[in-house]
Amino acid sequence: MITALLVMAGIAIVLGAALGYAAIRFRVEGDPLVEKIDAILPQTQCGQCGFPGCKPYAQAIANGEADINQCPPGGDEGVRKLADLLGREFKPLSEEHGIEKPKAVAVIDEQTCIGCTLCIQACPVDAIVGAAKQMHTVVEPLCTGCELCVAPCPVDCIAMVPIAETVQTWKWKYPVVEIRKAA
Amino acid sequence: MIGRLFKFHGGIKPAAHKDESAKAPIRRAPLPARLIVPLRQSTRATATCIVEIGQKVLKGQCIGEPEGFLGTAVHAPTSGTVVDIAPHTMAHASALQTRCVVIEPDGEERWIEHAPFDYHGASRDESLAWLRACGIVGMGGATFPSHVKLGKGAGIETLILNGGECEPWITCDDRLMRERAADILAGAVILRELIGAREMVVGIEDNKPEAIAAMQDAAAASGHGVRIVPIPSLYPAGGEKQLIRVLTGIEIPYGKLGGDYGVQCFNVGTAHAVYRAIAHGEPLLSRIVTLTGNVEDAGNWEVLIGTPIEELLQLARPKPDTDRSIMGGPMMGFALPRLDVPIVKGSNCIISASPTLFPPPPPEQPCIRCTECAKACPAELQPFELYWFGRSKNFGKAQEYNLFDCIECGCCAYVCPSHIPLVDYFRFSKSEIWARERDKSAADQARERFEFRNFRQEREKAEKAAKLAAKAAETRAKLAEGGEAPAPKTAAEPGEDPKKALIAAALARAQAQKAEVKPQNTDNLSADKLAEIADIEARRLAAAVTAPAADATPGADTPAATVAVDAESRN
Repeated sequence: MITALLVMAGIAIVLGAALGYAAIRFRVEGDPLVEKIDAILPQTQCGQCGFPGCKPYAQAIANGEADINQCPPGGDEGVRKLADLLGREFKPLSEEHGIEKPKAVAVIDEQTCIGCTLCIQACPVDAIVGAAKQMHTVVEPLCTGCELCVAPCPVDCIAMVPIAETVQTWKWKYPVVEIRKAA
Repeated sequence: MIGRLFKFHGGIKPAAHKDESAKAPIRRAPLPARLIVPLRQSTRATATCIVEIGQKVLKGQCIGEPEGFLGTAVHAPTSGTVVDIAPHTMAHASALQTRCVVIEPDGEERWIEHAPFDYHGASRDESLAWLRACGIVGMGGATFPSHVKLGKGAGIETLILNGGECEPWITCDDRLMRERAADILAGAVILRELIGAREMVVGIEDNKPEAIAAMQDAAAASGHGVRIVPIPSLYPAGGEKQLIRVLTGIEIPYGKLGGDYGVQCFNVGTAHAVYRAIAHGEPLLSRIVTLTGNVEDAGNWEVLIGTPIEELLQLARPKPDTDRSIMGGPMMGFALPRLDVPIVKGSNCIISASPTLFPPPPPEQPCIRCTECAKACPAELQPFELYWFGRSKNFGKAQEYNLFDCIECGCCAYVCPSHIPLVDYFRFSKSEIWARERDKSAADQARERFEFRNFRQEREKAEKAAKLAAKAAETRAKLAEGGEAPAPKTAAEPGEDPKKALIAAALARAQAQKAEVKPQNTDNLSADKLAEIADIEARRLAAAVTAPAADATPGADTPAATVAVDAESRN
């Protein structure tokens, strides 16, 4: 009886020690789920989801504080990917957070710009260059199209211009099967 | 070098239809009314326009400077006037526009001064730069810049000239080899010297006996030790990797190029263009284009780059039931969305198609997984799997099955008993994957920049706080040094908030200052003024005694002191 108890206790101690060691040795820094969600989000950093950036939204999804359909730039496809990742049901984009729009970049009308720097402070990815009382301009390849610079502009000189398709970004369309009239 | 030939996997034998256009010699196309020269000759690279509207240009004058590593120069194909520089639809399946220089020819064909380039006396880099300045690109259809392909200069054992021309209907390389064999070989010798290869082989499909004979004669005459090798006609034997396999037995694995295995491959048309550029100093201004299909007069024409296809087609007189035109071959080409697009350096063939000649494909049926496509695939892929992944948009899996090894030759779709347009699915998958990769790299960049911005803001905040703390410490130290009245006070209450101590110190200082400072405007006054002041002071004293609010002074002092502290902390 006592031997059995000792054996069981011994096994428990050994396994406990092994588990404890493994917990320290193979510790995962950060939450891998948040990283995975963040990788799916479009990184527009627009805040339309109600969180200050994509990472906080990813964190909120991981904690169950936010739903997966709050990201308009990601679109329905983004929601679908999140649903796949999290094993949830797909749901259409929630309308209160906005609608999916074609990708656009901000363009500053340089004639109207007064150089107030408000847009520079609003830009989440530092894609606007300029200085106080100097004309500002948007570095187009860096602009995520988040529209955060549009509202602060006191002279309304920022417009969102949809990105035109070029030969390099043109895509072959999904093959459509023509339904022919039966002869 | 091994004398025997090898086989590649799969391949098909479609009806060649070469005779229609191969009989007539190459004719020179008449000058069109307008030449529309795209500054972008391929999807890869574009050129910077260096001419203005209204400017007179000479034949061979550079109108576009190369942009970027993969860029090559663009030249005026004839002498004339630049009448417009505007976006114009390009010969691409997308029907998108690109910037074009529109030239109205003056009919004089006046050349700009040009001279042969002495590549023996020049360094390798200079020679490559010359080819780039002459706008030499691969003439087989892909228009890859030749100076980049020649770039390595070391480790290339074998130079292969591609005279395969395996696609049905196309005969431009065939005619070029028959008529200008000596020029092609002269160009090949230049290429061999530039790339440092020991051996040179020309692979020609055996359905072109006249071309083989002409090339063999020229090779014997030149005495440069060039081997002309007839290869079995099996589509797509003219594909780069397939031709290398057939001639050398080397199989080039995924993600590698011929250059990594000591073999480099050039089209015969490219060799001809290189010869013109080096031996005559002529930039690439024209190319041979096959006009065939549903036409009265099929044949090959030497066409200036920028000639509108509409105008060019009239030379072959398309039959009335022609319903569309295909650029490139029937296997890999695409239906032109519009006919007013110009010929570019990669346009080798225009086929006029009619419903009788190219009947519309029967309706697509479900895949029955018969694996005929896998048997026909020259890249040894499994098209039926790739089709399934493409159809369900499972692109990750498609990539795992080596979608990017697909050369879009169309063998799989040709043999498919269910008539599935497999290549369309592969093209769709490829461009989706590229788009996703672009999006992903943009997202990664945005994430990085967003995180850096947050980090920067935090850092700025911390720096500001540190500055403030340093300033406060400095003031405290100054106070301690001064040994004034407030110093013992701060020392006496070490447990108290340092800010409060500072405020107290500032208060004390302000009071001390106030006590020290005397009215400044009482110096050098006359005697009666002094007497008047003394009188007023006396009255004020009397009033202070009678008034109960005698301690109003310290109360009035407090706001001033706070302001002083504020001002300090702000600094």
